[in-house]
Amino acid sequence: MRATCWAGVNRVEVRDVPDPKILNRRDAIVRVTSTAICGSDLHLYDGYMPTMEKGDILGHEFMGEVVETGPGVDNLAVGDRVVVPFPIACGACVSCQRGLTSLCENTNPNAGMAERLLGFPTAGIFGYSHMTGGFAGGQAEYVRVPFADVGPLKIDSGLPDEQVLFLSDILPTGYMAAEMCDIKRGDIVAVWGAGPVGQFAIASAFLLGAERVIAIDRFPYRLRMAAEQSGAETINYEDTDVSEALKQLTGGRGPDACIDAVGMEAHHGTGPINAYDRVKQAVRMETERPHALRQAITSCRNGGVVSVVGVYGGFVDKFPMGSLMNRGLTVKTGQCHVHRYMRLLLEHIEKRDIDPTFIITHRLGLDDAPTGYETFKNKADECVKVVLSP
Amino acid sequence: MRARTVITVNKPASECYALWRDFERLPEFMYHLESVQTAGGRRSHWRAKAPAGTTVEWDAEITEDEPDRRIAWRSTGGDVENEGSVDFAPVPGGQGTEVAVAVDYTPPGGPLGALVAKLFGEEPLQQLKDDLRRFKQVLETGEVVRSDGSPDGTRTQRQFHQEDAHPQESPSSQEARA
Repeated sequence: MRATCWAGVNRVEVRDVPDPKILNRRDAIVRVTSTAICGSDLHLYDGYMPTMEKGDILGHEFMGEVVETGPGVDNLAVGDRVVVPFPIACGACVSCQRGLTSLCENTNPNAGMAERLLGFPTAGIFGYSHMTGGFAGGQAEYVRVPFADVGPLKIDSGLPDEQVLFLSDILPTGYMAAEMCDIKRGDIVAVWGAGPVGQFAIASAFLLGAERVIAIDRFPYRLRMAAEQSGAETINYEDTDVSEALKQLTGGRGPDACIDAVGMEAHHGTGPINAYDRVKQAVRMETERPHALRQAITSCRNGGVVSVVGVYGGFVDKFPMGSLMNRGLTVKTGQCHVHRYMRLLLEHIEKRDIDPTFIITHRLGLDDAPTGYETFKNKADECVKVVLSP
Repeated sequence: MRARTVITVNKPASECYALWRDFERLPEFMYHLESVQTAGGRRSHWRAKAPAGTTVEWDAEITEDEPDRRIAWRSTGGDVENEGSVDFAPVPGGQGTEVAVAVDYTPPGGPLGALVAKLFGEEPLQQLKDDLRRFKQVLETGEVVRSDGSPDGTRTQRQFHQEDAHPQESPSSQEARA
């Protein structure tokens, strides 16, 4: 089959590889009909995520048709149309039973590797380094889906792929970001990053009752999308002092909640601090460039919530602990527990509360994946989201 | 060489005890073991894989057996002098069972000693932790979880010598299809 493989820093190649096989009783093989490139795939592309190997198949946002099931899968049949959540969850451990599926205790065969870096291991994730299990990803013609009796959501309605594909990751991730803000009547939420997750966090914050949402980015086309599609107010940090602008927009209080939808490769408006972090990240003295997170903390209202869904891999420098502690902020974070949001969000899509297709700017064939990565990375051609059709 | 570690399994102590007490199933999650034969009663014969296609063997006897609470064993003769124990303690609030394992190996002298040291000695704690992760997987999910990068499931050496994360030409295990 054809598959998008990591070939080193800034290189992906679509190669011929063997077809996937059933390895565990509860596996299914899915023929991928639609898959997307995620912002977090760019952390792999850019080479900032540890434990990648050349040849690894990328992709954790995908959906398709079941073509084979293992003997332990009794709820899916060949021909079923499914969306697959990016974290692999067993459904039986205490974490899964508490709904914390991205922390599944059983699905990461390389738990020892993750434990060394993180203290405790996390769940297996499709196509996302060996630290998260070394599972082949879904930017391919076929993919093996472990615990197919737990994860995949069957789509029985005739909704097209593009309406439901993002249930695999970014729509639930954006929704969880907003849910963690514990939004109350009158609340103002600020969102750093108007990429795909940021766009869905903005839409979800309104869905959950936010009075106003303020989007922060440096790309006018992305800010325009946030304003036009969801009604967000916008701040371009390249020409505006964000903290001061947020105070102006919130009567001097600061936003009630701040969402970091950027993660480890944030850019920054001021040169020297950006240079400091770039150098330290390049020589691996820190693994992140956490400008957005720092600003989200220092901008948040006293006693407010900082919700972090941007991906981090290791350690950050100059973390504003004094601001966080003295002002009584709460940090909530996590890889999205996709399983617990899929059904709810499918209902929202069916009721037309949200139409997730608005973020799609590029539709390509699987063989054009390298172009997709390059376009997405460079934010060329006003790119927000690339969908690939194998 | 000694290693001790603990894991929490979301199953009652009786099920955890039952899987461990069935010594012939130990190789399912203790990957350095090739086989354990029980001769009825408290005696058993263990074979472990050693480098270069060789094996080491020993006889063992159960020294303590408290159903649902504790099992202890020690070697009575053979290539490797060793002893071990496992304790099962319910987690308050019905959140499963804490399974605490301790193993001690005394490698023999001579070339066999070097072989045994290599077998158990590189990462003894990591090996034992991985054994317990697989034990938990078998109890909670029914089998050892495999990926393309780790087709044998959680395995200490494998974690540092990964296969690429794409389907392999000939997976090391085909039994899943059976």
